Amino acid sequence: MDIQDIANSLHHLERAILPLIKKEISFKDLVEKSKLKEVNVLRAIQWLQDKKIIAIKEEGKEIISLGINGEKSLKEGLPERRILDVLDKDLSLDEIEKEAKLDKNEFNIGIGILKKKGFIEIKDKIVSLSAGGKKSKKKELLEEIFIKKLPIEGLKLSEEDKLTLNGLRKRKELISINIIKERTIWLTELGESLSKVAVDENLIEGVTKEVILGKEWDKKKFRSYNLDSFAPRVYPGKKHFVSQAIDYIKKVWLEMGFKEMKGNLVQTSFWNFDALFTAQDHPVRELHDTFFIKGLKGKLPKDERISNRVRMVHENGGDTGSLGWGYKWDPKEALKLVLRTHTTCLSVKTLADLKNMPGKFFSVGKVFRNETVDWSHLFEFNQVEGIVVDPDANFKHLLGYLKQYYKKLGYEDVKFRPAFFPYTSQSTECIVYDKEHKKWIEFGGAGIFRPEVVMPLLGKDIPVLAWGQGLERSILNYYGLKGLREIYDNDLKRLREMKIWR
Amino acid sequence: MPTITLDKNYLLKLVGKKISDKELNERIPMLGTDLDKIDKDEIIVEVYPNRPDMLSEQGFARALSSFLGIETGLRKYEVKRSNSICRVDKTLKSWPYVVTAIVKGLEFNDERIREIVQLQEKLHITHLRDRRKGGIGIYPLDKIAMPITFTSESLDNINFRPLESNKEMTGKEILENHDAGKKYKHILEGEDKYPVFIDANKVIMSMPPIINSHTVGKVDEKTRDVFVECTGTDLNALQQCLNIVITSLADMGGEIYSMDVLYKDRLVSPNLRPMKMKLDVSYVNKLLGLKLGSREVKKFLQKMGMDYENNTALIPRYRVNILHPVDLAGEIAIAHGYENFVEEMPDVSTIGEESKESVFFNKIMDLLVGLGFTEVKTYHLTNENNLNKKMENEVKFISLENSLNADYSILRSWLIPSLMEVLSKNKHHEYPQKIFEIGTLFEEDGKEESGIKEFTRLSLVITHNKVDFTEVKQVLDSLFCNLGLSYEIERVKHNSFIEGRVGRVVVNGRKIAYIGEVHPKVISNWDLELPVVALELNLSELMEVLS
Repeated sequence: MDIQDIANSLHHLERAILPLIKKEISFKDLVEKSKLKEVNVLRAIQWLQDKKIIAIKEEGKEIISLGINGEKSLKEGLPERRILDVLDKDLSLDEIEKEAKLDKNEFNIGIGILKKKGFIEIKDKIVSLSAGGKKSKKKELLEEIFIKKLPIEGLKLSEEDKLTLNGLRKRKELISINIIKERTIWLTELGESLSKVAVDENLIEGVTKEVILGKEWDKKKFRSYNLDSFAPRVYPGKKHFVSQAIDYIKKVWLEMGFKEMKGNLVQTSFWNFDALFTAQDHPVRELHDTFFIKGLKGKLPKDERISNRVRMVHENGGDTGSLGWGYKWDPKEALKLVLRTHTTCLSVKTLADLKNMPGKFFSVGKVFRNETVDWSHLFEFNQVEGIVVDPDANFKHLLGYLKQYYKKLGYEDVKFRPAFFPYTSQSTECIVYDKEHKKWIEFGGAGIFRPEVVMPLLGKDIPVLAWGQGLERSILNYYGLKGLREIYDNDLKRLREMKIWR
Repeated sequence: MPTITLDKNYLLKLVGKKISDKELNERIPMLGTDLDKIDKDEIIVEVYPNRPDMLSEQGFARALSSFLGIETGLRKYEVKRSNSICRVDKTLKSWPYVVTAIVKGLEFNDERIREIVQLQEKLHITHLRDRRKGGIGIYPLDKIAMPITFTSESLDNINFRPLESNKEMTGKEILENHDAGKKYKHILEGEDKYPVFIDANKVIMSMPPIINSHTVGKVDEKTRDVFVECTGTDLNALQQCLNIVITSLADMGGEIYSMDVLYKDRLVSPNLRPMKMKLDVSYVNKLLGLKLGSREVKKFLQKMGMDYENNTALIPRYRVNILHPVDLAGEIAIAHGYENFVEEMPDVSTIGEESKESVFFNKIMDLLVGLGFTEVKTYHLTNENNLNKKMENEVKFISLENSLNADYSILRSWLIPSLMEVLSKNKHHEYPQKIFEIGTLFEEDGKEESGIKEFTRLSLVITHNKVDFTEVKQVLDSLFCNLGLSYEIERVKHNSFIEGRVGRVVVNGRKIAYIGEVHPKVISNWDLELPVVALELNLSELMEVLS
């Protein structure tokens, strides 16, 4: 930029202070001379420095002044003085405390100091003045002289003052030491040459209604701006990034023709476990895995046929062709309330209420595990899940749906491996290729609901394809967060500045 | 899932073929096992809970060898008859079942002993549910005198030297002082008698499911023949575990002998005759979308260590997960190879539909975002201190029975406390702060199937140096204006708010929100310093009003 352009781009504040900087000048003087507000001068010198027109040297100056207790002591006397004052004769410790009107803390400090200095002697809790003490009673103490001098610049302290200060610094809030910044400002070479350039004083600053209507712009030039100057950041109102991810994944399911399922977070064990053919002695139903609700019980489904068929399927397989688990099913276990451990309870409830086939359903929702929280563990997190109820469905279709689903999520390459889930057959683990991080990652599970799950609910054996995955891991992966806990720590800075979901 | 460490070289010897690490890396996962890693001498795998038969080198090798086509089909395990007897007498109702077997001609060394102990331990944890369903015991046959008796004895009369102890202990002492006793005494809690095995010389052999005798119940390198028992509550699971142990021992080179277990009826144990299950080829084809013939079905089942004859699958007795023909179809799918299925996308048209709640909540969210609010997400679980004490309030709430975190042990019943907590964690960030959350809350309600009513509320708070009631009322007003609803504010008392500056919002005669300036006492309780205004609005009810 040529020097005239620089001159023309100066803000009126900059133009106001620049002529005042002839030789080195302190910030304080500059403010005084300019008759501007301090904050405006500060802005102007900042801008001028950014443009390399001026240089600023900052120096810290140590200023020693009185602290809260110092102010008090200046007014009422230091605790040691106040004790000396009441010691006209030997007194007990308690008597001194009362007569000197000191609080416990001050009293202890005062006594301590006098003892250290050898001004008093204590015998059987009786205090008497020593010879030195008697002398000092009439004389000003070094500390008293010192605190009267404050505030004082650290550089101006004598050696004796420094010793006194060291003693006083140890006492609570007696002394306060602050570093005060002093700025010195001078012109750079660019600044020197700039000060010789005639500045067009007749530039338009802000565009106002008057400027527009008065057609000033026809006659004058606009002052040009420094486009790089700092603009304070503003934050938009915003959805949480987990909500953004949920919106995104919901859209994928909706586009594939799936209907959303919603349901309660608290479920009876019947829906969370029994209907999913999870035996009543399965470890997942124990206290250390699942959250149970205290003191409340649920009810079995209104349609008794459902709970009867579920009981049969557990005990001996009922009419499903299964061997069942071979134990006596206890309805009491089924009535225990839990915070749902998976959204699959919504899927089986959907089956129980199903009116038409084929049907496709999905859900995104919170599930719970009784875990202690640390960086890699959460006790509540989101699960994404979908089912297809179709009399003609088979395992190849399941893989077809999965392939399409992952493609929509941005994963072109998917591999399938045998896995085990208690309520599905042909259980599958899905492994997708993460192009960004160039590696295969396990990303979800799938299978076909077992006849022991489907038949008690639908009354017949219809293939129900099911798949799903956790949400938080992929959020972690996408944002490069350190631990799962960061997802829900609600740090406002993070929430405000986090980039939006793809 | 249990993780096991396999001796790679021994495993490959059992499999009967040299297999490269590359092939192992590819094939082991396709058999349905989670492979952790393979190195020079070891293979570390996680075995799914449906395959406890793969928890030993021998069982794993058996499955892998079939899957790779090296040795397919049912394995033959001959069971010879011994004349040994196990009497069953006065057993506990809570621990009624016993199955037994003898395996002879074994050669143990440190490695084989490690394997069998690992197998026993993993079976205890998984299939026997940490011994609650049963326990397994293995004894050197030469140390015990047949016949033996499975019975029960009062704890004071039980006296023997347990494993890992250098002195005799009574049953009571074992439960109180021995590590195994302390760990497992809860299983038969409250019983004054305990199950015991006693041999013909009245020597106590063990106290299942806790511990064996050191004297007669410890296998070492010199042991050649063993007696194996499983006792517990679930006969089926016990037989399966016994079969898994003795077939592993047989694969080590042992010969299996049966015993007679004398319940009311004589039971010959073990039973290794294959289990039979009807299987239609058409059923398999329909489920898998394949066109297999019965010869292919046979071939695939043989690859899974089974067989197929006359529309019937023959299943070895150490397999535990074949409950239904669907499981056989699953086995066939694995044998066919998941990688060999050609995916199909069926032409089934359905109409996608978002739930009404989601649609409505999203609209509310859009309005709030437009008003400059940041959404936060807090946990559904909280504690009484946050929910009530810090809020100077007394709302009812539902507790959890068993939370591992004292800070998260109750279900939240209102939302503002969660937002106050967020503010208290963000004191060092820029003000003004305007945050909201739409969240589920819980309330006891006997009419619901789950005994609990869940509803959704919107809560928002604003804090900065000059905030006051007007600012939060503007938000409320803006929301209701955009929803096309009119409202009134009734003056109320609420301990969390400043008296005279808090109201309930009424729409169509329904009280659906609180609005007000938070009390400085509450603000201080949260260690905050700036004024806070808040609104909590029941969206579930608002939806009803609107529909």
